[in-house]
Amino acid sequence: MKDQIEHSYEQDIVGDDIYSIRKVIEPHRDDVDHVMKYVLIGIAAVFLSVMLIMPLAVVILNALRDGWQAYREAVLDEYTVKALQLTLLATVCAVAVNTAFGLFASYLLSKFYFRGRQVLASLIDIPFSISPVIAGLVFILTFGKIGWMGDFLKAHNIKIVFAVPGVILVTIFVTFPFVFRELFPVMNAQGKDEEEAAALMGAGGLMIFRRITFPHIKWALVYGVVLCTARAMGEFGAVSVISGHLRGKTNTLPLHVEILYNEFNTTAAFAVSSILVIMAVIILIIRSFIERKRKI
Amino acid sequence: MYVEMRRINKTFDGFQASKDVNFGVYKGQLAALLGPSGSGKTTILRMIAGLDRPDSGDILINGNRVNDIPGSKRGIGFVFQNYALFRYMTVADNIAFGLEVQKKSKKEIKDRVEELLELVSMQDLGKRYPNQLSGGQRQRVAFARALAPDPQLLLLDEPFAAIDAKVRRELRTWLKQMIGRVGVTSIFVTHDQEEAVEVADTIIITNQGRIEQIGTPEEVCRYPQTEFVKDFVDAERFEALMAIKKNGNNRCQNSPFCGTIN
Ligand SMILES: Nc1ncnc2c1ncn2[C@@H]1O[C@H](COP(=O)(O)OP(=O)(O)OP(=O)(O)O)[C@@H](O)[C@H]1O
Ligand SMILES: [Mg+2]
Repeated sequence: MKDQIEHSYEQDIVGDDIYSIRKVIEPHRDDVDHVMKYVLIGIAAVFLSVMLIMPLAVVILNALRDGWQAYREAVLDEYTVKALQLTLLATVCAVAVNTAFGLFASYLLSKFYFRGRQVLASLIDIPFSISPVIAGLVFILTFGKIGWMGDFLKAHNIKIVFAVPGVILVTIFVTFPFVFRELFPVMNAQGKDEEEAAALMGAGGLMIFRRITFPHIKWALVYGVVLCTARAMGEFGAVSVISGHLRGKTNTLPLHVEILYNEFNTTAAFAVSSILVIMAVIILIIRSFIERKRKI
Repeated sequence: MYVEMRRINKTFDGFQASKDVNFGVYKGQLAALLGPSGSGKTTILRMIAGLDRPDSGDILINGNRVNDIPGSKRGIGFVFQNYALFRYMTVADNIAFGLEVQKKSKKEIKDRVEELLELVSMQDLGKRYPNQLSGGQRQRVAFARALAPDPQLLLLDEPFAAIDAKVRRELRTWLKQMIGRVGVTSIFVTHDQEEAVEVADTIIITNQGRIEQIGTPEEVCRYPQTEFVKDFVDAERFEALMAIKKNGNNRCQNSPFCGTIN
């Protein structure tokens, strides 16, 4: 019995990484079936090569096809830089908003009980289940000329659709659940005993968060931010609908890639893509670093 | 009466967890809330601590109605069922937390932490983290942490539940001594009759949200007032326990009830 309890407590401590893949692929002492093992490894390797490694190689090779000079030109092109700036702006906004929201929402849903708790939790997941294109359309219908808020926005001279605010808004929408999804299970697993204990000793909300809640969710938070960043940078569908493709104004990097490609400017398209690929790789590295950290 | 519950009712989502709860505990006493699982023991404790609010009725501590006073101002130390130690703080920091909140001076905190570590015989373990401790050690830390701000009332929710049967016996003797030494009024929750009989001055028996009987261990065991108490309390076991107590024999080998404990 003691062992059991000890064990469950330990699990509590490392409970954060129940979502980590690492745990699943931990080595077994004896492999039951060697043939099976190598067949599966083979399938995985082939699949990954065809689906991931080859395409990435193609991007890089094509980007450099016309030489380093052409690559530089494409990357430093005025519109590319503008697109990159907008992508970064939208990403930063989305991450900031969704981090703040994710923190509040997961704190609320894991530490308080109230009617409609379940409903709220499912509502937050909506962006996961809605196609980004439809998300873009919804925003046009809400904030556009013919939309519900069209007249109001026009009267106040606020432009959202086919403008930067629209791009930012849909990016926020599409990446809405990421931070919450990472934080919620961790906060929920923590329970609220520690918080209650601290509150009983007279600690205020901020102190409780700083000393007790935050250390527990730190890595989940960073992880959520990383996922959110990755998704925000790559968003195409929703942004495509709402941006209006105004070159140098509302084009994000993915949109810019599409335009270049449609203009048969393949080298440039791949060069710009490579920026996204490089950012993705950086994020991947950060991500695996965090996974390791969370395991400790 | 130091703590008093008067006609307390509490409902969770239509489920009545406390029904007209009335009882009092004298200053310096050690009282046990004893009852089957789900009978509302934790609910009562949480209401006294201000973690839950009763729907109706009055809670009095030291003669003052505290219903509207936040738990942190009621002078209470609380030991949670699973201890709820702050897992990202060392043992010493856990104990110091309540004092830090009260903005005590560094020196004062340090002295008090040392004093408490000594009290619970854990002088050398101050730098450990909770997950590096055994169940019994955790319990002692939780106890020290609850006592650090010098509470007038100590509430313990199943303090021995997470500890294996052998150590449990030692720990409860220890706890009783500690509480006696500190002289703090205490209420602890248990669903183990033996525990209640051995440790408590007063036993409060709960069942389905109601209080069935209040009395000394002897009273509730020898003179059960309701059918429930009669069934719930094992009088034979009680007599055996009393015999053991009288003979000062805590080793239990001689008792026919050794095997049946827990
Ligand atoms: N927050 C809550 N929401 C809904 N129901 C609750 C809540 N807290 C307690 N209850 C219900 O109230 C009843 C009494 O619960 P309580 O935790 O006080 O029992 P207990 O005597 O401490 O039991 P145990 O020995 O199992 O800890 C239970 O039926 C429980 O389901
Ligand atoms: Mg309980």
